[in-house]
Amino acid sequence: MVPVSAYLILAAVLFGIGTIGVLITRNMIVLFMAIELMLNAANLALIAFSRAFNLVDGHVIVFLVLTIAAAEAAVGLALIVMVYRNRETINIDRFNVMKW
Amino acid sequence: MSLDWIIFIASAVVAVFGATMMIAQRNPVASVLYMILSLVAQAVCYVQLGALFLGAILVVVYAGAIMVLFLFVIMLLNLKGTEDLGAPPPPVGQFTKYVFAVLLIMELAFIVKAAPFAGIVTGVVETEPDDFGSVRAVAERMFTDYLYPFELTGVLLLIAVVGAVVIARKRRPVDTGDREGGGVE
Repeated sequence: MVPVSAYLILAAVLFGIGTIGVLITRNMIVLFMAIELMLNAANLALIAFSRAFNLVDGHVIVFLVLTIAAAEAAVGLALIVMVYRNRETINIDRFNVMKW
Repeated sequence: MSLDWIIFIASAVVAVFGATMMIAQRNPVASVLYMILSLVAQAVCYVQLGALFLGAILVVVYAGAIMVLFLFVIMLLNLKGTEDLGAPPPPVGQFTKYVFAVLLIMELAFIVKAAPFAGIVTGVVETEPDDFGSVRAVAERMFTDYLYPFELTGVLLLIAVVGAVVIARKRRPVDTGDREGGGVE
């Protein structure tokens, strides 16, 4: 039987990769997918814990997180389309109007 | 080594590989495909942990619907390869980012190792109920104890749909002279 801590370490690694993606990428779409990856890593940890404690409450929370991720993806992609229409680029280094 | 371990290591390697390639690719379409690979491998982990319903949901909704939404947006934007990614940023900044990310991973692993719940997480409860993680078990909890958050989720989705349509809608030329956001520069 695989101990739950193995799943937690996998979730931590996936979360770290998502963080690296958010930090290093310059493509707005890839940045969004890195955020989705971080959400999924948190979901994996929740499911591992709900298995460890033998409660399905974690599954319900994961379901709600999936719903919120879908809503976030819809709004975020609409924003990307809007920004691209205005600036003709999705390179986040170019969006420096509000940079101090 | 038991079969459980073999399945876990295989799916974990595929999940990490897919995630790494996802952030390393320059072509966003390849990025999306690697993300789908990673998600399917994570769904295997879900099933291994007894979350059958959520594993199916992850593949159908996430790897299916949301990633297709990403592909649609990429198609809509009609990006031409890597041409507008500009010059690479200075290496010092990149180095700092990598150091920060590695520190974060080490910190998370340390938390897992040192947390006071270590006794719980190392020994899995062997006797799980028959329907643990099934549609019935999840739905029973969702429609009793978590009914109110569930209903609020419906409102949230409605707001998100309306908001996405309003944001992405093409402005009428009535916005005099400022068509296509000419004043942004």
